[in-house]
Amino acid sequence: MTELPASTMKKLGLVIDLDTCVGCHACVTSCKGWNTENYGAALSDKDAYGADPVGSFLNRIHSFEIQPETGPAQTVHFPKSCLHCEDAPCVTVCPTGASYKRVEDGIVLVNETDCIGCGLCAWACPYGAREMDPVEQVMKKCTLCVDRIYNENLPEEDRQPACVRTCPAGARHFGDLGDPDSDVSRLVAERGGFDLMPEQGTKPVNKYLPPRPKDEQIDVLAPFLEPVAATPSGFLGWLDKALEKL
Amino acid sequence: MTFQQPKIDTSPKVSDEIRKTTCYMCACRCGINVHLKKDTAGEMQVAYIEGNRDHPVNKGVLCAKGSAGIMQHLSPARLRAPMKRTGPRGSGEFEEISWDEAYDIAVKWLKPIRDTAPEKLAFFTGRDQSQSFTSWWAQAFGTPNYAAHGGFCSVNMAAAGIYTMGGAFWEFGQPDWDRTKLFMLFGVAEDHDSNPIKMGLGKLKKRGAKVIGVNPIRSGYNAIADEWVGITPGTDGLFILSLVHCLMKAGKVDLPYLAQFTNAPVLVNEDPDSAEFGLLLTTEDGKHMVIDRATGKPAAFDAPGVRPDLAGTLRKAGVTHRSVFQHMAEKYLDDAYAPETVAAQIGLPANRINRIAADLARVAFDEAIEIDQPWTDFRGTRHEKMIGRPVSFHAMRGISAHSNGFQTCRALHILQILLGSVETPGGMRFKPPYPKPATAHPKPHCKVSPGKPLDGPHLGFTHGPDDLCLTADGKPARIDKAFTWENPMSSHGMMHMVISNAHAGDPYKIDTLFMYMANMAWNSSMNTSGVMKMLSDKDETGEYVIPHIIYSDAYSSEMVAFADLILPDTTYLERHDCISLLDRPICEADAAADAIRWPVVEPDRNVKGFQSALIDLGARLGLPGFVTETGAQKFKDYADYIINHERRPGVGPLAGWRVGVAEGQSTLQHGRGGPNPAQLDEYIKNGGFWVGHIPDEALYYKPWNMAYQDWAVKIGLFDKPAPYIFSLWCEPLRRFQLAAEGHGTRQPPDHLRERIKATLDPLPIWYPPLEDGHVDPVEYPIHALTQRPMAMYHSWGSQNAWLRQIHGRNPLYVPTKLWQQHNFVEGDWARVTSVHGEITVPVAHMAALNEDTIWTWNAIGKRKGAWALENDAPETTKGFLLNHLIHELLPARGDGLRWSNSDPITGQAAWFDLRVKIEKVRSPGHSYPDIPAQTSPVGHGPARVSQKVGK
Amino acid sequence: MHPAASIITFTTLSGLGFGLLVFLGLGFPPVEGLNAFIFFAVAFALAVGGLISSTFHLGHPERALKAFTQWRTSWLSREGWAAVITLSVMGLFAGLIVLFDLRIAPLGWLGALACLATVYITSMIYGSIRSVPRWAHWSTSAMFLAYALSGGALLSGQVPAAIILLALTGIGQFVAWQAGDARFAASGSTAETATGLGHIGKVRLFEAPHSGGNYLTKEMVFVIGRKHATKLRAIALLLAFAAPIVILLLPFYHMLAALAVLSHLCGVLITRWLFFAEAEHTVSLYYGRSAAA
Ligand SMILES: Nc1nc2c(c(=O)[nH]1)N[C@H]1C(S)=C(S)[C@@H](COP(=O)(O)OP(=O)(O)OC[C@H]3O[C@@H](n4cnc5c(=O)[nH]c(N)nc54)[C@H](O)[C@@H]3O)O[C@H]1N2
Ligand SMILES: Nc1nc2c(c(=O)[nH]1)N[C@H]1C(S)=C(S)[C@@H](COP(=O)(O)OP(=O)(O)OC[C@H]3O[C@@H](n4cnc5c(=O)[nH]c(N)nc54)[C@H](O)[C@@H]3O)O[C@H]1N2
Ligand code: SF4
Ligand code: SF4
Ligand code: SF4
Ligand code: SF4
Ligand code: SF4
Ligand SMILES: [Mo]
Repeated sequence: MTELPASTMKKLGLVIDLDTCVGCHACVTSCKGWNTENYGAALSDKDAYGADPVGSFLNRIHSFEIQPETGPAQTVHFPKSCLHCEDAPCVTVCPTGASYKRVEDGIVLVNETDCIGCGLCAWACPYGAREMDPVEQVMKKCTLCVDRIYNENLPEEDRQPACVRTCPAGARHFGDLGDPDSDVSRLVAERGGFDLMPEQGTKPVNKYLPPRPKDEQIDVLAPFLEPVAATPSGFLGWLDKALEKL
Repeated sequence: MTFQQPKIDTSPKVSDEIRKTTCYMCACRCGINVHLKKDTAGEMQVAYIEGNRDHPVNKGVLCAKGSAGIMQHLSPARLRAPMKRTGPRGSGEFEEISWDEAYDIAVKWLKPIRDTAPEKLAFFTGRDQSQSFTSWWAQAFGTPNYAAHGGFCSVNMAAAGIYTMGGAFWEFGQPDWDRTKLFMLFGVAEDHDSNPIKMGLGKLKKRGAKVIGVNPIRSGYNAIADEWVGITPGTDGLFILSLVHCLMKAGKVDLPYLAQFTNAPVLVNEDPDSAEFGLLLTTEDGKHMVIDRATGKPAAFDAPGVRPDLAGTLRKAGVTHRSVFQHMAEKYLDDAYAPETVAAQIGLPANRINRIAADLARVAFDEAIEIDQPWTDFRGTRHEKMIGRPVSFHAMRGISAHSNGFQTCRALHILQILLGSVETPGGMRFKPPYPKPATAHPKPHCKVSPGKPLDGPHLGFTHGPDDLCLTADGKPARIDKAFTWENPMSSHGMMHMVISNAHAGDPYKIDTLFMYMANMAWNSSMNTSGVMKMLSDKDETGEYVIPHIIYSDAYSSEMVAFADLILPDTTYLERHDCISLLDRPICEADAAADAIRWPVVEPDRNVKGFQSALIDLGARLGLPGFVTETGAQKFKDYADYIINHERRPGVGPLAGWRVGVAEGQSTLQHGRGGPNPAQLDEYIKNGGFWVGHIPDEALYYKPWNMAYQDWAVKIGLFDKPAPYIFSLWCEPLRRFQLAAEGHGTRQPPDHLRERIKATLDPLPIWYPPLEDGHVDPVEYPIHALTQRPMAMYHSWGSQNAWLRQIHGRNPLYVPTKLWQQHNFVEGDWARVTSVHGEITVPVAHMAALNEDTIWTWNAIGKRKGAWALENDAPETTKGFLLNHLIHELLPARGDGLRWSNSDPITGQAAWFDLRVKIEKVRSPGHSYPDIPAQTSPVGHGPARVSQKVGK
Repeated sequence: MHPAASIITFTTLSGLGFGLLVFLGLGFPPVEGLNAFIFFAVAFALAVGGLISSTFHLGHPERALKAFTQWRTSWLSREGWAAVITLSVMGLFAGLIVLFDLRIAPLGWLGALACLATVYITSMIYGSIRSVPRWAHWSTSAMFLAYALSGGALLSGQVPAAIILLALTGIGQFVAWQAGDARFAASGSTAETATGLGHIGKVRLFEAPHSGGNYLTKEMVFVIGRKHATKLRAIALLLAFAAPIVILLLPFYHMLAALAVLSHLCGVLITRWLFFAEAEHTVSLYYGRSAAA
């Protein structure tokens, strides 16, 4: 149903820590691994071993460079998948009802059997979070691993998205952003989590934690070490005294 | 109206069975859960791979490669059967043959060599995870020519660590991630400890601990560092010694630690007339001598209750002998190491060096931590607490892959030790079987007797000229010239020299080159085009200069094309392996651990685990250990070997679930014990690994902690407690220097004397990378580096349909200064020239980069026809290797000799010494050199991949 | 945005078709008999042909009927309904004229209105995409309607109306391009807001997530050179508007009418190509759209 629910019972989503992501792409392939075998059609790859391979991925890592006014340029690795927006334009544009936002948890999904592959939802998403599968020709997007997070065939601790479970650096967090007391909401509050392109009016559920300030004191003349001696002989004098004290 | 939405199954069945084994997409060896599903034909197929939460290495996480393992396992480049070459070398034309025929050919070549001149076999294995087995095979064969890849990889790191402190970062050490407050990372892009480092950094980030990244390039781990030090390549040693200078000058060193646990208080022989000038004084019973501060008298360093005096001196026969520490003060307080002196060369402002030194001192001493855990040291002294200096360091190839790398690595360890942060809480910790000093390792062996095994293990640690591998006439005994005057402490061998030496017949000709798991015709060689030529060169008689090449690979790599006989390996999910305490286990600082791989699926091709093939071959050659008294094959296969082989009585490849006897009953026990026929089943039941935790009182101070020593003996790491002190003063280096100064009977050739005197200093020094002295730095002003991409493993990654989309080509990254200077725009190409060769490649801009450095991702470029890729794959048309610019020999200088492009101490390949110049060129549309295609013996991959086993 | 042939054809042809139907519905010219048949046939061929062409764009055209379900929110779904309703109304209107020579004028007016509504709805498929700032503006609908009307006038041979409408549309297009050029910048979305990292400094893509292309880069990060675009704009204005107007002003324009239509068609195809090719999607901010471009 392409009407958005007026509100959802939960706002499940991801919190991604840009201070911690090392850009390893682990979440990319674990996502592909889980989702190719599970929800919907396989995530396929065209020209897989050829000149122009194109596969569908639900999560990709961009790397940006930022040049501050002073100090060296910084590199930030930037994972991006569907943000499960509250005002998801990708849902309302869908002519078939294949795209929908779940009432119970706010997850935005594509019901692939209804999808005509028109691509309009991908156009409507400002973030590039939807990709047409090159072989199946249905729209693919992050499912928030809806078939993991409630899955009773998985041990309790594994009921979290594949990308979160695998992230070696612990840069990805999953939880209910609608609950101000959840771990993820606290993290967002503590670390100043932010929305991507708030001006697009999509109200993303996923939040990003900013990189901590870097290279802070490079040019500041911090207090240096007080020399005990400038010469080796002076040093030995100090050493003798120091050893006496031990 | 109620909101309508589809009903979906949120609890689908995940798989039919989970089999737990060990990942092999890199050397990190994480535990994996392989989910299998029955396909439509009822066969179990790999459906999904995730990390094993219980596993000591990865605790559930997996990296990009590990999660893409399924595509590696299903790669179209998998070899299908043994093959015999039909076309010329390098062509890739082969004929599939049976295993029997393959063995017959191998035996036909190897048997005569073994009976007459076993050294004519050169058996070199790449990133081999079964070295204790492959070296044992080579030893039984009797050739001295065996090593794995360490020599071109990171031997500087390994050897410097072991010679200095009995353990290295390289696989055998890790920062105390849970406690460290300031972490400094030198020259690491990825490392072997891929997941643990990421997990560790994650822990630091969570606690808000500070990370300083020292690296010319700010990507990956360095991107998240709180502070980036974009150092000039090759100058870390100078930077570190300048930090040492600042700390010593300020008295910010851990005196009690140095006095108790290092050779800082040991006295140095300062008698210039002595043949032992510069060696350490010893007591009558051969122990290193210190002055006891309690008595003022000389004493053995480990005498019970002794309080070694850092300021100790001894006057003997009119000569004053001072402690190592005084020598250090003299050396490092010199203004040569003052920040102001070194700043320009390092490329940092002097005040920044001062400030980092102050940071280190503050955290180490003002933010020290204490754990209420009593422990007793080897002198019998009981300590009530464990004192931690929560500063830690980690480093890898960025400092080790330079020709000054050994001394730089040593300098870093000295810095750590001065701060008292090795094996203390918050510092750097060893993983079993380390700590283990260099003296506890074997020495290298090279004595060949036709038809007989070698006289001992090939690789080891030299402690002076007597340990070198030289023949009676002083020539190198080994084909790679390891353990010779050129590189006297080349503990891991020098695999990168094998092909060029064999081709040159220097020091002698060989008959068969047998390699395993090393893409020597491509990314693991320097001078790649030259190596391809050497492998396919013929002599006057029309025969190949290297007569026979046997190679084992699992995939259709570039190296495959150059072999005469291919022994196809299985994929990692199809075979037995053991990740053994005898070798490179999976231990953590808190625990000893080992692991297995086992066939979670059976191969669907006529392939065989390489180790099993070696067992078959060993038996057919009648090698001792591989046949029974009656001459029958002793081990059925590698699994049989893993279970039944004993290296020493009670110590086998795997430590878990061995058979012991308690109260007359046989029981299962860990560590020592007899073979257990069900051992592998126990491992499988336990998730593929075994962990033995270190007792709490033994968790830190391991080299000196008797509780640790006793525990290590109990589980079989060594046979009796062997505490030792750290070697700030590294005597073996001094012994080689003494020889160069004319002492002793074994003398270096004259042309090497000066170099040995200059570089083998017993205290860490810095000298410019050797290439700087052989190449005009004005003409070639730019440093050129490579980095490991986290999502790729060397050349194997490109056959993986998922991973190759991430890194299908590798631009040359150019810093802003050079970008502007050359008027580059996006899409431009450049010609990059070194004194040795040139390449033409696409460029891209990177701002967070040292201004005199360019770099690219390692091993993305591919030869056409390899890896079952289409010939127009971007890896072959746009990708490239920097290796074409790097030669295994340095250009000739005044003396007309060509030195190996290696560290003069260990022989570590100096990949990162490379200097180049760069110019903009019109896009040729294709990277150069453009090596002609090889024929693919396995065809090309399918156009489409839709990986799904389930419905 | 990737200028897909099927969509360019769809919007161009159906625009012309519905434009022509507007005039026919209003009774310009007041066709009958065979003449009516030919006019309506042309109009329906254009409108239906365009619609059919649009299904080539679908991954699963066999499920196209499902697209009728979401008219409450989706302009694409509404477009389906509008087209069907409009074509039915106009079909009835045309059928009565052709078969029974019966002209129910109010039905024609209703049909004309429906045609305009359909064109408007089509335009809103694009105009509602906020992530493409160049499109997300009332002028998108205005221009779609203007194109439909001027094309309709031309096809229906309403010379004075055509001349005026073509001139106005041409001027409108020129202005729309100028205004559109500034709209991405005005939207406020930048690499800095896209990443939320602007507080640190200027943001630049260092490495794309994958070294090759992907669906997004192929579909939404289409790049044309600015010089190239300017040239195409000039050609489009010439073909779509200037040439037809000149022809219509010639005394013997009857003989050249087909040429005028052809010229207009080519011109419109180019403007539509530009409509997509020049439309920048916010996703390009994640793929290295530099601030200058
Ligand atoms: N994903 C992945 N993991 C791997 C591998 C792989 O191919 N892929 N390979 C494995 C192997 S065999 C090895 S040996 C390890 C190697 O692991 P690393 O040691 O991380 O090796 P490199 O990627 O070569 O990284 C060298 C780093 O040193 C920096 N560097 C170069 N010169 C200098 C210098 O002079 N000073 C400083 N401070 N830094 C410098 C480079 O910028 C680079 O970041 O990785 C292992 N792990
Ligand atoms: N420019 C530059 N060059 C470098 C380096 C650098 O930093 N810069 N680093 C150097 C270092 S440290 C290293 S370690 C080398 C690594 O270089 P290599 O050791 O050559 O690494 P790989 O490309 O991984 O090649 C290993 C071979 O093993 C094969 N293989 C994979 N799995 C299996 C298996 O299960 N069984 C068998 N039998 N074979 C298998 C692969 O197909 C491949 O052909 O590269 C070196 N080359
Ligand atoms: S797995 Fe974690 S660290 Fe790696 S790219 Fe993804 S978010 Fe970043
Ligand atoms: S990120 Fe894009 S696809 Fe996901 S809900 Fe928001 S608009 Fe839709
Ligand atoms: S592509 Fe599928 S999901 Fe997306 S709008 Fe079209 S029908 Fe809906
Ligand atoms: S939540 Fe699941 S589907 Fe979404 S990015 Fe993570 S792994 Fe992929
Ligand atoms: S780090 Fe990655 S590739 Fe290496 S063993 Fe672990 S999961 Fe496998
Ligand atoms: Mo390596």
